[in-house]
Amino acid sequence: MTILAVETTTAYVQLYVDGDWLPVCDDPTRITPGRGVAVLLPDGGQAAVFQDRTGRWYAIDNHDPFTGAAVLSRGLMGSSDGSAFVASPLLKQRFDLTTGRCLDDEEVSVRAYAVRVAA
Amino acid sequence: MSTATPRTIVLVGHGMVGQRFLEALAEHGVAGRDRVVVLCEEPRPAYDRVQLTSYFAGRTPEELSLSDAEFLDKYGIELHLGDPAETIDRERGVVTARSGLTVAYDTLVLATGSYPFVPPVPGKDAAGCFVYRTIEDLLAIEEYAKNATTGAVVGGGLLGLEAAGALKGLGLSTHIVEFAPRLMPVQVDEGGGAALHRTITGMGLTVHTGTGTQEIVTGEDGSVTAMRLSDGSELATDMVVFSAGVRPRDQLARDCGLAVGERGGITVDERCRTADPKVFAIGECALAADGRVYGLVAPGYEMAQVAAAAIADQENGNGFTGADMSTKLKLLGVDVASFGDAHGTAEGSLDVVYADSRSGTYKKLVVGAGGELLGGVLVGDAESYGMLRPLTGSVPPISPEQLVLPAGAGAPVALGPTALPDEAVICSCHNVTKGAIRGAVTEHSCTSVPEVKKCTKAGTGCGSCVKVLGQLVTAELEAGGVEVDKGLCGCFAQTRQELYEIVLALRLTSYRELLDAHGRAEARGGDGCEICKPTIGSIIASLAPTLGADGYVLDGEQAALQDTNDHFLANLQKNGSYSIVPRIPGGEITPEKLIVIGEVARDFGLYTKITGGQRIDMFGARVEQLPLIWAKLVDAGFESGHAYGKSLRTVKSCVGSTWCRYGVQDSVRMAIDLELRYRGLRSPHKLKSAVSGCARECAEAQSKDFGVIATSNGWNLYVGGNGGATPRHADLLAQDLDDDGLIRLIDRFLMFYIRTADRLERTSTWLERIEGGLDHVRDVVVEDSLGICADLEALMTAHVSGYRDEWASTLDDPERLARFVSFVNAPEVPDPTVRFVPERNQIKPELPLLNLTTRPLEGTATR
Ligand code: SRM
Ligand SMILES: Cc1cc2nc3c(=O)[nH]c(=O)nc-3n(C[C@H](O)[C@H](O)[C@H](O)COP(=O)(O)OP(=O)(O)OC[C@H]3O[C@@H](n4cnc5c(N)ncnc54)[C@H](O)[C@@H]3O)c2cc1C
Ligand code: SF4
Ligand code: FES
Repeated sequence: MTILAVETTTAYVQLYVDGDWLPVCDDPTRITPGRGVAVLLPDGGQAAVFQDRTGRWYAIDNHDPFTGAAVLSRGLMGSSDGSAFVASPLLKQRFDLTTGRCLDDEEVSVRAYAVRVAA
Repeated sequence: MSTATPRTIVLVGHGMVGQRFLEALAEHGVAGRDRVVVLCEEPRPAYDRVQLTSYFAGRTPEELSLSDAEFLDKYGIELHLGDPAETIDRERGVVTARSGLTVAYDTLVLATGSYPFVPPVPGKDAAGCFVYRTIEDLLAIEEYAKNATTGAVVGGGLLGLEAAGALKGLGLSTHIVEFAPRLMPVQVDEGGGAALHRTITGMGLTVHTGTGTQEIVTGEDGSVTAMRLSDGSELATDMVVFSAGVRPRDQLARDCGLAVGERGGITVDERCRTADPKVFAIGECALAADGRVYGLVAPGYEMAQVAAAAIADQENGNGFTGADMSTKLKLLGVDVASFGDAHGTAEGSLDVVYADSRSGTYKKLVVGAGGELLGGVLVGDAESYGMLRPLTGSVPPISPEQLVLPAGAGAPVALGPTALPDEAVICSCHNVTKGAIRGAVTEHSCTSVPEVKKCTKAGTGCGSCVKVLGQLVTAELEAGGVEVDKGLCGCFAQTRQELYEIVLALRLTSYRELLDAHGRAEARGGDGCEICKPTIGSIIASLAPTLGADGYVLDGEQAALQDTNDHFLANLQKNGSYSIVPRIPGGEITPEKLIVIGEVARDFGLYTKITGGQRIDMFGARVEQLPLIWAKLVDAGFESGHAYGKSLRTVKSCVGSTWCRYGVQDSVRMAIDLELRYRGLRSPHKLKSAVSGCARECAEAQSKDFGVIATSNGWNLYVGGNGGATPRHADLLAQDLDDDGLIRLIDRFLMFYIRTADRLERTSTWLERIEGGLDHVRDVVVEDSLGICADLEALMTAHVSGYRDEWASTLDDPERLARFVSFVNAPEVPDPTVRFVPERNQIKPELPLLNLTTRPLEGTATR
């Protein structure tokens, strides 16, 4: 992994994509806890990145498999039994943010990404 | 079943009782097997005569209908509309109808009802004289009233008062002329009559008791101009409605030699059979075995059941030997009820009376020698009617004095319906006992009031038992261990209303604090869920100025709570793009502003459509375009239309008195005033309103959460209307309000709704759910029975003064604007999945890879 020599005070939100940590946001404070943002991936795909109230980070595919629209980042986040989920803003199905599994339909899941905040 | 060959059963009269008889025949398996022919005099099949007056409150004849083609088809019932029976030949067993149709019968059932009695005064047939019995009568009254300003009702009984209420509702100044010394002489005693008199006079009606009608005076064209009264005076009036009682329609029976009573009514035995075993009579035309003619629907229904059972050869059940004569006045906004032996005619009975002439309350209970409740009269406060009526005949568990005292005046804890015995009749219209209602829950697995209504028919007549019905159903469900968790969601065990009270009392502005201190143990410290977050966000927003929170719904932590649409201040569409709806108050817009909308839509390539809410929606904006588009709109003086919010949507208007030849008030101005007053108000669900300039109702105000209809004296306020999947006509809350009075009442109504409704509960469902229903809401917001109106008004005042346009506030703040980007790591790259293709010279979404799996049922009140 190569990190460009920038000010060391800058913490990046990074996604593990294709065997590498991809920096996606240089200012984690811009992401409201409990909400998400969309990220454009190098292959033209999209991810949805969230932060919960304790500062833990999550990322899943931004595409809502039920409608085809790239909107999961705009859903409402919540937690149930200690695990975080997002409810799609379109038809409200919930997806576990750690695994990407749909909580309302066993047959459906979306890809989940590893996330970290690092300099 | 003894008869093998199909018989022919002829029913004469398709009224309420006739229809019930057909249903009973079907239940017994007779209809469908035997031939059933119905001769119906009226031009329409049976309808709900009891609810006739609700036509003036907006119920259509179709809604009043009790019969449908499906039912008739299913049992092959032959219905001849507009073709009354004219003669009966009992020897040959043949009925002849007006059209010449003859039908040979094996069994004949007369259910011809009553006709209104019109006293034989000169001029009674003049143009402008009406009776009040059928839908056709009402249509004629309504038509004539258009050119009238004053109306008089002859007769101050139950129906007379209903008719008077209707005339008043039509905007006429209304008189009631009653021969007896008091109103409702049959039902209430002197004390009750006096209280009633005061209340009705207080509502703006003029009451003349102890006065007879001597002559109807007509003008040169032969139409009514006045009435001459027994005291020699003359009462100027444009129309007269006779409501001086009814007489059984027994002429057919008389003509064919069947016995009738001295004062009319076809004589029948306990099985409702006449002296001719092939002929039955049921309903209001029959003189029952107990020597009485019943002018109420419940006894008629019972007769219908008895006769159908007899015809089905099942004579072992109970016969008809008499019935309860309880009544409750349905309209006019006065609480009047009488039940059982209201006049204390039983030997040795004693009265317990509570009277308060200041509040117009009068309550009397008649108690028998053994302490048993025999009957009573309630005027001004008929709350306890639903409870007292079923207790009739038994010794109440608490003393009669305590039963008549008003709540809070030393009355002990209210007596719940659980105290009633199983045999107690809860719904007297359909004769449903408490036991049957409990059975519906325990044996037929009904879990809600609508289900129980469907299963038992209880509550589907006059409606006066619905409140007690609801209490019984809840009690039974709870007793059955159906522990209905009333909590909002998995995070909170409280209802929305309880959370509202907590937020208000503790002045909480933080969702996290609320969750950590008041959430369910397992949810504390967590992230909440998609149900409670927007709900709490809405509560905080509704109360923002009062709590000292920022009124901007996306401020700080609040931003994380809002539903996705609120979060972007726009409506998300199926492909991830957004729609934009600027506010157009009252639907009024200048050409300049129309041009701006056109220019913006053209410049950004948006699909443009006129909405159902009298404004314009522009679709197809990408998230990063929202601020650019709004900058232009705000510049031109537009504001957010909150199409995305659970908040005020539109106040539709009709053009009103400024242009319309019929308009009586300036409906456009009022609609604009209301829309500007309540814009931005966050509520449990969306709020819609409309203002019509006259009773023609072009703005469809009665389908709105709060609808306003102009009258010549001011405004009528309707509440609880709804379009959507379960439409509901709004109920009249108050009449003839002036501008200030109207706004004050809406302020209170809305704030009371916001305070007490469940999440995503429109005013319509709220009004039906809330204990006490419309009456309770009226008590609270009109009479201030809880003493909270000042608080409610203060909350609204705070909202109104704290209002700022959300889009203008957003554009003013770079930090807020930063949210409107496609990608956090590539803000300048538009979302490649949002694409459009042309259609009818505009755009429509090009849907990406629609690998759609099955969708849940969309729409209804969840979004
Ligand atoms: C745009 C519009 C249709 C149109 O092209 O005319 C519309 C569009 C939507 N309606 Fe509607 N309704 C529109 C007028 C109506 C009306 C007519 C009216 O307001 O006079 C009704 C019936 C009246 C009523 O609400 O009582 C109506 C009853 C509904 C309902 C059913 C509500 C109910 O209580 O049953 C929903 C679903 C809900 O809210 O749960 C709904 C939901 C929606 C949503 C918000 C569905 C959604 O979540 O995507 C639609 C999105 C609007 C958007 O993206 O801009 N819409 N909708 C109308 C916008 C009016 C406006 O100017 O604000
Ligand atoms: C405004 C109003 C309010 C009321 N409120 C209440 C209330 O709150 N509670 C209550 O219990 N009751 C109330 N009633 C009374 C209730 O409507 C009657 O008790 C009930 O309708 C009686 O039913 P029925 O079938 O006997 O008569 P109806 O419903 O009058 O039906 C008789 C039918 O027979 C038809 N008919 C007559 N002669 C012939 C013929 N020769 N051939 C063919 N058809 C014929 C008539 O046209 C009519 O359609 C109210 C009545 C009115 C008018
Ligand atoms: S409701 Fe009355 S005033 Fe308004 S447009 Fe219609 S007819 Fe005219
Ligand atoms: S008492 Fe009339 S509907 Fe139940």
